[in-house]
Amino acid sequence: MRMPEPDAAVMGRRESIVAHLRRIVPGEGVISSIDEMRAYDCDGLSAYRQLPLIVVLPSTTEQVARVLAYCHKNGVKVVPRGAGTSLSGGSLPLADAVTIGLGKFNRILEVDLPNRCAVVQPGVTNLAISNAVAVDGFYYAPDPSSQIACSIGGNVAENSGGVHCLKYGLTTNNVLGVEFVTIEGEILRLGGKHLDSGGLDLLGIITGSEGLLGIVTEVTVRLLRRPETAKAVLMGFPSNEDGGDCVAAIIAAGIIPAGLEMMDKDAIAAAEDFVHAGYPLDVEALLICELDGPEVEVDHLIDQVAAIARDHKASTLRVSTSEEERMRFWAGRKAAFPAVGRISPDYMCMDGTIPRARLPEVLARMREMSVKHGLRVANVFHAGDGNLHPLILFDANKDTELERAEAFGADILILCVEVGGVLTGEHGVGVEKRDLMPTMFTESDMAHQQRLKCAFDDGHLLNPGKVFPTLHRCAELGKLHVTGGRLPFPDIPRF
Amino acid sequence: MTDTAFRPTDEAQLVELVAWACAEKKPLEVRGTGTKRGLGAPGNAEHSLDMTGFTGLSLYEPAELVMSAGAGISMAEVEATLSAQGQHLAFEPPDLNALLGTEGPGTLGGVISCNLAGPRRIHAGAARDHFLGFRGVSGRGEAFKSGARVVKNVTGFDLPKLMAGSMGTLVALRELTIKVLPAPEAVGTVLVLGLDDETAGGALSRALGSAHEVTGAAHLPGSLLAGSALPDALLSLGKAVTLIRVEGPSPSVAHRVKALRRELSDLGETHALDSAASRAAWAALRDVKPLVEPRDRAVWRISVAPMAGARVVESVGKVRPVEAFYDWGGGLVWLATDEEGAGKGTGERDGGAQAIRAAVAAQGGGHATLLRGSQALRAAVSVFQPQPGPVAALSRRLKDQYDPHGILNPGRL
Ligand SMILES: Cc1cc2nc3c(=O)[nH]c(=O)nc-3n(C[C@H](O)[C@H](O)[C@H](O)COP(=O)(O)OP(=O)(O)OC[C@H]3O[C@@H](n4cnc5c(N)ncnc54)[C@H](O)[C@@H]3O)c2cc1C
Repeated sequence: MRMPEPDAAVMGRRESIVAHLRRIVPGEGVISSIDEMRAYDCDGLSAYRQLPLIVVLPSTTEQVARVLAYCHKNGVKVVPRGAGTSLSGGSLPLADAVTIGLGKFNRILEVDLPNRCAVVQPGVTNLAISNAVAVDGFYYAPDPSSQIACSIGGNVAENSGGVHCLKYGLTTNNVLGVEFVTIEGEILRLGGKHLDSGGLDLLGIITGSEGLLGIVTEVTVRLLRRPETAKAVLMGFPSNEDGGDCVAAIIAAGIIPAGLEMMDKDAIAAAEDFVHAGYPLDVEALLICELDGPEVEVDHLIDQVAAIARDHKASTLRVSTSEEERMRFWAGRKAAFPAVGRISPDYMCMDGTIPRARLPEVLARMREMSVKHGLRVANVFHAGDGNLHPLILFDANKDTELERAEAFGADILILCVEVGGVLTGEHGVGVEKRDLMPTMFTESDMAHQQRLKCAFDDGHLLNPGKVFPTLHRCAELGKLHVTGGRLPFPDIPRF
Repeated sequence: MTDTAFRPTDEAQLVELVAWACAEKKPLEVRGTGTKRGLGAPGNAEHSLDMTGFTGLSLYEPAELVMSAGAGISMAEVEATLSAQGQHLAFEPPDLNALLGTEGPGTLGGVISCNLAGPRRIHAGAARDHFLGFRGVSGRGEAFKSGARVVKNVTGFDLPKLMAGSMGTLVALRELTIKVLPAPEAVGTVLVLGLDDETAGGALSRALGSAHEVTGAAHLPGSLLAGSALPDALLSLGKAVTLIRVEGPSPSVAHRVKALRRELSDLGETHALDSAASRAAWAALRDVKPLVEPRDRAVWRISVAPMAGARVVESVGKVRPVEAFYDWGGGLVWLATDEEGAGKGTGERDGGAQAIRAAVAAQGGGHATLLRGSQALRAAVSVFQPQPGPVAALSRRLKDQYDPHGILNPGRL
């Protein structure tokens, strides 16, 4: 992975930067010893590691603003960091950048049930929000699998999703407002407890901006009432085509399930072996369809789903009859990643999205690629919205396996784009998919994205080296001659 | 004053036109069928860029819940196409023709550019939440695309969000990709009669905080029943009406209507509307029909925290006569008031801007947009909620990035 050349002059000024930062964030809030900084040397994409220049852990918005203003004035790069669970290297440190950790922003500031929202600090974990309002029967809908660990600030920065976002939307559809600090150290408040502020939707573009536009220091989220009931159907199919057709038929019948997850044969086997969820082992594809909402409605729709499954040759068909059984259906799916971790020393989780109808074809092509690269792949995916999570199995200690896994991953993502899909559905571009951006976007497309960056951070101090393969200087963007041609990409570095 | 209307029909023409306007510094009024020309600050473009040449559906896959169409496609065509497959735009775009005194079908590009949404906003989101991708030409005369045809997509910045609500000031959008959803099989509405605004706010909050998946929550005072499209029997009672909507499969709707009536019975007399009556009533609220007449009043669209709505109306009502009704559980206030100040004849003419914005600020913030007003009023007051300095500066920098010469709808936002 090629990262921007570290700025030797900035690294040479390290001691003075530490001293200045200590004046802003006193005591333990500035970490400069190599040993202590090790805890911050990677995120969830742990194949890449880099010690930061310095780590700062501010505890107030004012401190964040002063740290950013200082960095801006002195040309020091900044990497924002939440809980460090990013799977795309979004919070990977840079040798010449200050990592700003939001871990001390861990308070829930206000729960406002009459207005159905909560105001929280960015370091609060996703699950902590739901837990705080559970007694009152409310929850925060987006539920990434990492919800026990990931921070709401990180969720905003990545526009994270979860198994229930088919019905309830992604982070962007569930955030009402943020407090946000620009690289100049200006504090902005966008949105609030109301909906749809007029003017340009700055809240909308900050969500999913991967730490490239500023630092989120407060988040107002929408709370929902817990559904009255939830039931799941477990379905097994003799082929991926049948499973895929069944998914299409459920949606075509006008049903939007709360969750609609699919697993292929390898993933089923690994999960069953690990948690003994009672999954059938003689099927090619397994589908879990969860419906939630008013009890009458769930009962009504679950019958329809079961009928559709029967029509699509389901060889296994079970409807959960108790909360315990529903949880058991999910147990295997939820443990799919660690289950695969048991059967392989290492695995790499991909995250492309495709138009759902192309699923059988994409799975077939993936199997051919598996042969070509000599590596196994297990598939779990959010079938309802076409978001694939192929898990590539490899052993980093074996010669060339890491490189082969990376090449395999790139091939899968290029295939996703080729069939009309995208490089990333929820994990973000980060460093992982950065160099593949030209497969999806022309030079002009990317220049227009960078214009956004230029309006917020024209010096490219915030999280450089992420998302964009090349960051043009803002002044140079204006001189781009767009010919409609694509960037040449024979030499895309395989992340 | 618009001199010439350009109507490109392909991307090359659009690029050429915008590049020309760029080079010559000729401002363009980007428009569809003109039904929303009255929204936003009055523009001052010399020429107009008519986007109705970009029509037609380029993609519609009902099972994939997605469609792409030219920005100039008429809303009537979009709605007919979707409804033939039992689908719809879940954000319930309003038809503001009656309110604004305009005519025409409206275009998809206009709806998205104004980020309009109806009563279902609280449940399904606004136009922005269903806008997946676009192709267009920026104010620099450069063609580009953003987003995609899949819902789950975080590849690069979410530029569709920036475009929704930008009112054509950054990019001339040529093709739009939109998420579509199944239309509900049945609709039911629970009505609670005779509540004052404050109590109604509490009732709506209770309903929205229930497990009944409420998709509409509105309140009409007794004085605004004309135009509400409610059944005559109710109108004749002249009592305030609080409306709570549920949608879905018929048995579920029937069950929830019953449950809500039971749960809210402590507040007052309740009634229920069937699917047809519900559809009529919610369409009227969506289109702001209760405030259409008298036509010379200013109409404001005020968005605040749901529980603050009634208090905003109360405090504005202390300084000038107002009429208002509520949507979005109380958080969306439609408020009509005279254009002239409280002291008639004093020449003061701010349509209540100052009083309304002071009330919004006092109730925890939000925004108030002048949705209908005379040309003179729209020129005299800030149509949009004035933004704090740093937010305004950032918005200006964004405008400069995408339209450095200020040729796309200058002055509109
Ligand atoms: C086991 C596992 C399962 C996962 N499952 C899912 C899943 O189901 N769905 C899903 O969407 N993701 C999933 N993820 C990915 C990850 O958890 C999410 O991307 C999460 O939102 C990251 O949050 P974080 O606090 O860890 O952020 P970090 O990893 O610390 O940072 C992520 C990015 O956000 C930026 N950032 C962080 N905080 C801020 C802030 N306050 N202001 C500005 N920028 C900030 C960083 O610079 C970085 O670019 C999973 C990860 C793991 C390890």
